Amino acid sequence: MEKGAEVRGTLVSIALLLATCLVTLGVAGAGSGRGTLVFAGASDPTYLDPALVSDGESFRITEQIYEGLTQLVPGKASTKPELATRWNISRDGKTYTFFLKRNIKFHDGTRFNAAAVCANFNRWYNFSGPFQDASATYYYQAIFSGFKRNESSSLSAPLYSSCRAKGQYTAIVKLRRKNGPFLPSLSLSAFAMQSPTAMKRYGANRGELKGGVFRPTGSYAFEHPTGTGPFKFVSWKVGEKVELVENKAYTGDNKPKLARIIVRPISTATGRLQALQSGEVNAYDLADPAHLGTIASNSSLKVVNRPSFNVGYVTINSKLPPMDKLNVRKAVAHGMDRSGVVRSFYSGRGVVAHEFMPPGLLGYEPNVVKYPFNPERSKALLRAAGLSLPVEIDFWYPTGVSRPYMPNPKLNFEAFAASLERSGFKVNAHSAPWRPDYVAKVNEGSAGHLNLIGWSGDYGDPDNFVGTFFQNYSPQFGFRNGTITRLLDAGEQTINAKQRSLIYKRVNREIAKLVPGVPYVHTRPALGMQKRVQNYIASPTGSDRFFPVSLGGQ
Amino acid sequence: MLRFVVRRLLLLIPILFGLSILVFFWVRALPGSPAEGLLGERATPELIAAYRERYGLDEPVYKQYWSQLQSWGHADFGTSAASHREVTDEIKERFPATAELAIAALLFAVTLGIPLGFFAAKNYGGPLDHASLFISLIGISIPVFVLGILLKYIFSVRLGWLPGTGRIDVTLVPEQPTNFYVLDAIITRDWVALKSCIEHLILPAIALGSIPLAIIARITRAAVLDVQNEDYVRTARAKGISSLIVDRRHVLRNAALPITTIIGLQVGLLLSGAVLTETIFSWPGIGRWLAEAIFNRDYSVLQGGILFVAFVFVFVNLIVDVIYALINPRIRVS
Repeated sequence: MEKGAEVRGTLVSIALLLATCLVTLGVAGAGSGRGTLVFAGASDPTYLDPALVSDGESFRITEQIYEGLTQLVPGKASTKPELATRWNISRDGKTYTFFLKRNIKFHDGTRFNAAAVCANFNRWYNFSGPFQDASATYYYQAIFSGFKRNESSSLSAPLYSSCRAKGQYTAIVKLRRKNGPFLPSLSLSAFAMQSPTAMKRYGANRGELKGGVFRPTGSYAFEHPTGTGPFKFVSWKVGEKVELVENKAYTGDNKPKLARIIVRPISTATGRLQALQSGEVNAYDLADPAHLGTIASNSSLKVVNRPSFNVGYVTINSKLPPMDKLNVRKAVAHGMDRSGVVRSFYSGRGVVAHEFMPPGLLGYEPNVVKYPFNPERSKALLRAAGLSLPVEIDFWYPTGVSRPYMPNPKLNFEAFAASLERSGFKVNAHSAPWRPDYVAKVNEGSAGHLNLIGWSGDYGDPDNFVGTFFQNYSPQFGFRNGTITRLLDAGEQTINAKQRSLIYKRVNREIAKLVPGVPYVHTRPALGMQKRVQNYIASPTGSDRFFPVSLGGQ
Repeated sequence: MLRFVVRRLLLLIPILFGLSILVFFWVRALPGSPAEGLLGERATPELIAAYRERYGLDEPVYKQYWSQLQSWGHADFGTSAASHREVTDEIKERFPATAELAIAALLFAVTLGIPLGFFAAKNYGGPLDHASLFISLIGISIPVFVLGILLKYIFSVRLGWLPGTGRIDVTLVPEQPTNFYVLDAIITRDWVALKSCIEHLILPAIALGSIPLAIIARITRAAVLDVQNEDYVRTARAKGISSLIVDRRHVLRNAALPITTIIGLQVGLLLSGAVLTETIFSWPGIGRWLAEAIFNRDYSVLQGGILFVAFVFVFVNLIVDVIYALINPRIRVS
């Protein structure tokens, strides 16, 4: 009896203790301070010097701290003035005269002026040593090509020539050649204006390549990012959060409505959803399409759509027979049931794509030749190419990945394979893990006759889509066409928007005729957030600005 | 005792050396390289080739290993290809998170497991014994990720009682001198931060501690059953010594040896990093870091991280052996 009472007494004590703990402890809700937005991204930023990063999570932070000469129109891929109020372009298209906003200061109190603009351009141009590594200055090299002194033969002649400050508020930038993407690319966070004083003081130009990995060795990129933006950097606790506060001295057009922003990394989409549901975050990005119904059905949550700025496509490797024959490539296009895939696997968030860039972008051509699903037409084309059916092909798809344009690659593959087999093909299935194998195989042209891949745009210029794919020969497509290359070169070197539009429309018509690949979907990625998060404008490029966001009542 | 400790510490050297060879060749046997893992769609053949050249991956393997060994000799574990931060800095940031979670999980397991096992043994064949067996089976059988997701769904998402991500409320700005958040909160007398830390620890600690709880309960039960049937225990009871004193002085003391061993093993395992628990609860520890490094083919992180974890495991086992020797005079003598 005595022992039993002893045991019962102990168990009751333990239970009471646990119950007390659970009752007295409560959840500290996200954003418990008024005006604090807690936002969940997928990972930590790499670092906070935007000239040296190329990943979306770093740009998510730098977009709040820095401003550029131009900015994206909120929610669109087109650009408008920011730190430059207007600009003139010389007749030869090589000289840009930027007229700058006045009375703007960096977060360290130093003045933003023409000298600061030139300091930033010259900094990029004069990068040397480890800074010339592609992993360090990806966007600079993508737009400006080379440096003042190229240290590798793989670097091309630089686009940039010089910058001159004319007075306090006029900066004259000279290029070596005309370049259409130059002005739109200035909206990229990579080309934001940074405080020359802070960069010098905190060693922004110190870096090393160690074990093949570039890293800045000064403290600027980790502890002292200094821009002119509506938010200032406070702290970064790796694995936990980056904290920004409103810039009370801000005099620009994008006045913040939030007192504080905290961005925290939660690596899985399910984890981000659960954090939203439990109130630990106010909003999150990269929502899994399968979760959107759950968010929408919650009375306190909502889905915010990001405008479409991507393309999912099937590569056709023209180097591999019989894909070198145009009729065979057309047969592939007619043999893929694109409408069926988009209808079935995109939860209403995809539209069928007919070209390699999304609608709304300069140069989009609605009247390209289209290839509706038609198995009989496909078979006829194969016979016309002199082939006997079925035509055996290798078709690759990635595993272990979900992309905005391809939430479930295997489902897409299975549907396409089935429709191709109805259309005179015999499909041999191949797969590889996205990391590290698949992308490398696709890029080096060893992923079969067909493979599933896609692209999300970085900035609002057609060159970032069709120029990336087709301006130079790539083993991925095994495709080269002189007309398309000449048109893309011309488009790159044309400044006038109307002329560029005509050029890229023609590019898209030619590409559609020659079928180097089969684009099949443009999707609208989504964010999940509480209904109290107001005025969130999602950018097509993923570089959302938080300045218009406010938090309503609970 | 000192010779024993020194001998065991010296044994660390060949263990770590052998492990370094294993890890070095294992990561390089994985297909791909950091370039493909990190550059994604932008991994053109030219970039990959340039990366391989910079990494020295074109060199013969033995040269690569020798170069790596020299770096390790200077306590230089390289730079993470993913985060671009020094591996040693990453370990310093992440290990306290793992240690804190491990300690919480262990406290949960020990606090409940030992009493559960003890009273199960005392109530041998009775309802408490059966209940203890049931709880142990549940603890062993439910995969950690299932339990973690369930706990998170019920207590965080549905009931909103406890947070399910991270180590602390991100809106707080506490001082963190040691990076052990609970300790920091106590040192700085930040009771708001302390409350938040404990709230954030509860669910992952329960998820992570469920298996150790089950194991400790069963081992305790078996150990207590063994000891309480010994002659000296029966003699003590026969002499009329109170049950409480007999249990404390004779039963528990002698049952402590196997229990200590099993707890020590659990400590080593927990400190190695709980990948699933850390991923489910977005806990910024070593386990999740290493799992991501595998996907990224982040050689420096894999090598440095695994060696560090191995060192911790071996070191903790050494401490357990020392404690064991302190508890058991027979071990000391032998």
